[in-house]
Amino acid sequence: MLYFIEQCLNGVQLGMLLFLLAAGLTLVFGIMDLVNLAHGSLYMLGAYFAATFAILTGSFVAALVLAVAASLVAGMVLEVVAIRRLYGRSHLDHVLGTFGLLLFFNELVRLIWGPAGMTLPLPPQMLSAVEIIPGIYYPMYRLVIILATVAVAALLYLMVMRTRIGMLIRAGAANREMVAALGVNINLLYTLVFGLGAALAGFAGVMQAPILTVQIGMGENILILAFVVIIIGGIGSIRGAFVASLIVGLIDTLGRAFLPDMLHLALSTNAAATLGPALSSMSIYMLMAAVLIFRPEGLFPAASR
Amino acid sequence: MTASFDPPLEHAPVSRLNGRTAFIVVMLATLALLPVYTTLTGDSFVMTLFTRVLILALGAVSLNLIMGYGGMVSFGHAAYLGIGGYAVGILAKEGIGSGFVQWPVAIAVSALYALVVGVLSLRTRGVYFIMITLAFAQMIYYVAIGLERYGGDDGLTIYQRSGFGGLIDLNNKTVFYYLCFALLMAGIYLVSRLINSRFGLVIRGTRSNERRMRAIGFPTFRYKLVCFVIAGALCGLAGALLANHTSFISPALMHWTRSGDLIVMVVLGGLGSLFGPLIGAVAFLLLEEVLSRVTEYPDLILGPVLLLVAIYLHGGIEGLLQWRRHD
Amino acid sequence: MMRRAIAAAAALALVAGPAMAQQKTVKIGFVSTFSGPTAAIGNDMRNAFELGLDHLGRKLGGLPVEVVYEDDQQKPEVGVQKTRKLIESDKVDFISGYIWSNVLLASLKTLVDSKTMTVDANAGASPLSGALCSPYVFSISWNNDQTPSAMGLYMNQKGVKTAFLIGPNYAAGKDMLAGLKLTYKGQIVGEEYTRWPDQLDFSAELSKARAAKPDAIYVFYPGGAGVQFITQYVQAGLKGQIPLYTVFTIDELSLPRLKDLAVGIPGAQEWVNDLPNEANKKFVADYIAKYKSRPSFYGAQSYDAVSLINSAVTAVKGDLTDKEGMRKEMEKANFKSVRGNFKFGNNHIPIQNFYLQDVVKEGDDYVLKTVATIVKDDQDRFHDQCPMKLGQ
Repeated sequence: MLYFIEQCLNGVQLGMLLFLLAAGLTLVFGIMDLVNLAHGSLYMLGAYFAATFAILTGSFVAALVLAVAASLVAGMVLEVVAIRRLYGRSHLDHVLGTFGLLLFFNELVRLIWGPAGMTLPLPPQMLSAVEIIPGIYYPMYRLVIILATVAVAALLYLMVMRTRIGMLIRAGAANREMVAALGVNINLLYTLVFGLGAALAGFAGVMQAPILTVQIGMGENILILAFVVIIIGGIGSIRGAFVASLIVGLIDTLGRAFLPDMLHLALSTNAAATLGPALSSMSIYMLMAAVLIFRPEGLFPAASR
Repeated sequence: MTASFDPPLEHAPVSRLNGRTAFIVVMLATLALLPVYTTLTGDSFVMTLFTRVLILALGAVSLNLIMGYGGMVSFGHAAYLGIGGYAVGILAKEGIGSGFVQWPVAIAVSALYALVVGVLSLRTRGVYFIMITLAFAQMIYYVAIGLERYGGDDGLTIYQRSGFGGLIDLNNKTVFYYLCFALLMAGIYLVSRLINSRFGLVIRGTRSNERRMRAIGFPTFRYKLVCFVIAGALCGLAGALLANHTSFISPALMHWTRSGDLIVMVVLGGLGSLFGPLIGAVAFLLLEEVLSRVTEYPDLILGPVLLLVAIYLHGGIEGLLQWRRHD
Repeated sequence: MMRRAIAAAAALALVAGPAMAQQKTVKIGFVSTFSGPTAAIGNDMRNAFELGLDHLGRKLGGLPVEVVYEDDQQKPEVGVQKTRKLIESDKVDFISGYIWSNVLLASLKTLVDSKTMTVDANAGASPLSGALCSPYVFSISWNNDQTPSAMGLYMNQKGVKTAFLIGPNYAAGKDMLAGLKLTYKGQIVGEEYTRWPDQLDFSAELSKARAAKPDAIYVFYPGGAGVQFITQYVQAGLKGQIPLYTVFTIDELSLPRLKDLAVGIPGAQEWVNDLPNEANKKFVADYIAKYKSRPSFYGAQSYDAVSLINSAVTAVKGDLTDKEGMRKEMEKANFKSVRGNFKFGNNHIPIQNFYLQDVVKEGDDYVLKTVATIVKDDQDRFHDQCPMKLGQ
């Protein structure tokens, strides 16, 4: 039971990281109708920026702030230089173009930072475990991830629901042409939205870096999960992305944790350990396929079009 | 949201004596004579490389059938390479080494999977179709990873090439090369017959305007499904060839980035043209090889090239050859 | 790709249409990992290999040497592609390297079919010691069951009654956990396999281990995963509660990152940097002088690979077509190894000692020190599945 709670926390943590990525992705897709395969690259850049800033400043927090700022800038620059030329094109052109960007960024990172990857060390205060319930020790840093990402999600929600910019974003997601017709500076809006997505992705990259990885191509696996999330949640919908991220995070984590044990009743340990994670990964895709078949607009569709 | 691309009808494969035809003839001649070059210079690596090009070109041809002509953008086509490959690998491991069994099984299982995927997916369109085909490919990718007995993630070595009992010896590199070449030409011929038939007209019409076709009375879903299954089967054959070529099969072959590679080959070569996929496969793989020898950072060039192609070259390389600029 | 200018020259030759027949150069292909989190291992191996060549005046058996390094990206499918390329395009005379068991197994058919003399500098996949042994393939490292068996013996000596096992779910991981069970006499209260190589989050497994309350945890996580595991083990508050016994998890590459976290965690190895033979002293001293860091056992093995190849080329007086001659000489293990002299088994796997290493803090430095010899002249248990006989 205690183990189950711990795994649920891990699932929430993964879900929140996914949400940060999915939020940016769904906004860009919903408002600019752009399929961005290079979104994982922005996540990667965030982690690399943070690792570098950590070396320069010696402080994790400073590195985090600077890295998110750098990701924001990088995103906006990318939008102006490359992304905006893909607007209005077919999704196939988007896939091709952003796939090229994905390759380019992987190589660029290798050029600048070398092939070996980097580490982002944790501040020493976070190197311990917290007894959140008697008997359950949960690593302090993972708690920090959950709290920080929930805070960012809340801020995002406030921004989208309560500010003027947020209103424009919601309007753009619901009906792009109308917003343009109303005289809003669409170019600026697009650049800002893309930059926001990049900043969120960068933030996610930084937060996971101390416990997972900072390496080339790190965005690819999680990117595909993020796409699954936005399909399940509904393209353009942040609320949908939030719910779907939690669902996907929990399925993946609980599946990996419990399926091998259940399979172990029938199979050898090796086979169970091989099949277990495979099944849990498959189940996420089966869920997405089911959504696409029965409710293609997603669980929480953004709006009518 | 609809799949919003309209390759112009000028890309219909009409034979014309012009730069494009000349280019294709030269390319085919070079490919046909490659083994001669290899024998003269003793450089077997070039033949290994181009055998791979031919096999992947067959995969691209099958993708082009549904994507270029049919307007169905499948992001899960590499799954069939894997299914075909694993059919050969699994049967080989279980002691069934005969190509007469392995290859039909590869084709049949691929067709079957395409049928299932098609039935479930073809009602959707646009980005949803892209994502659902991706989902099905990822599912089979994870199934392969979960196959402990057949190596899982570590992959499976195939110790014997498919045996055809004295009819043809696949261990001979030159023979194998020409077999792949022949099968590729057969595949292109098959596609050309399909496209120029009534079936093909319905498919192409469906890509332009499905509602209109249905209004005329065609059961477009069924046509698309048949097209999808044929493409899957053809790609399964390519998978069987690939497994023989590399003597090794692993789930990595079905990863979504491999499907991305196939899409790139088709688009690079020119959507909806007969020889486009071959041009695209040659271009893509040669570009990879050449760039990696010229620079330590090949993707710094390849990446932007793909981006520029997406932005400026609607017709892919073939469009370039016809000296057309679009939009 | 980590090529040297020499490799670029070889590539240009390919493009130019080549028939380089009587080249009197020894060409060696080296397949290792030069990108991603385990790139440090590949770099260590390359450094050591280069040092070995330097010590021989960059000549093997009197002939000049060319080395082509290729990156397998830690993936079997890439490794087999690069192996093919080295054999077919670069036409190498020898191949060495191979960190990962799954990469080696994927490449094995290509190596054996092409009859390329291979010196495996790390991967210890068990099939290679048994049914898949080949006259052309030598291992200069060990078989995957030897090191864990040594650790099992040590754990018995320490009176560890119950153990919880954790390892990655690939060829070597399975071997490492199975190898422990060969000698360990206590009770195994848990066995967990994690997804390799991308699962770097071990919180689930550590929780299970904690819940099982074993006397000790036994673990195998090479490269960067080892750093992650030890870090999370400490973070979870387990250090000091449940002792950890390791194989291939703490080495000179991960130590600078682990520092205090690793102190007091023992491991088993066939080579430790302070082994007192002459060859080793020279190797370690020159390595530190040239590269300003300590070599790991990966490097030690790669250094030995150079010596083994040299003995072969010397014995056949530079006639690289005499593979029989080279094989017979290599089977004699006729060179000074940095781990002390050893013999080859009939399956071309070393019969050697295994030592207990521990992490000690010396001033500001963290070093691995030999604590004891666990077992002498240990041979893997697969050798009788291999039909080869030495010297034939």
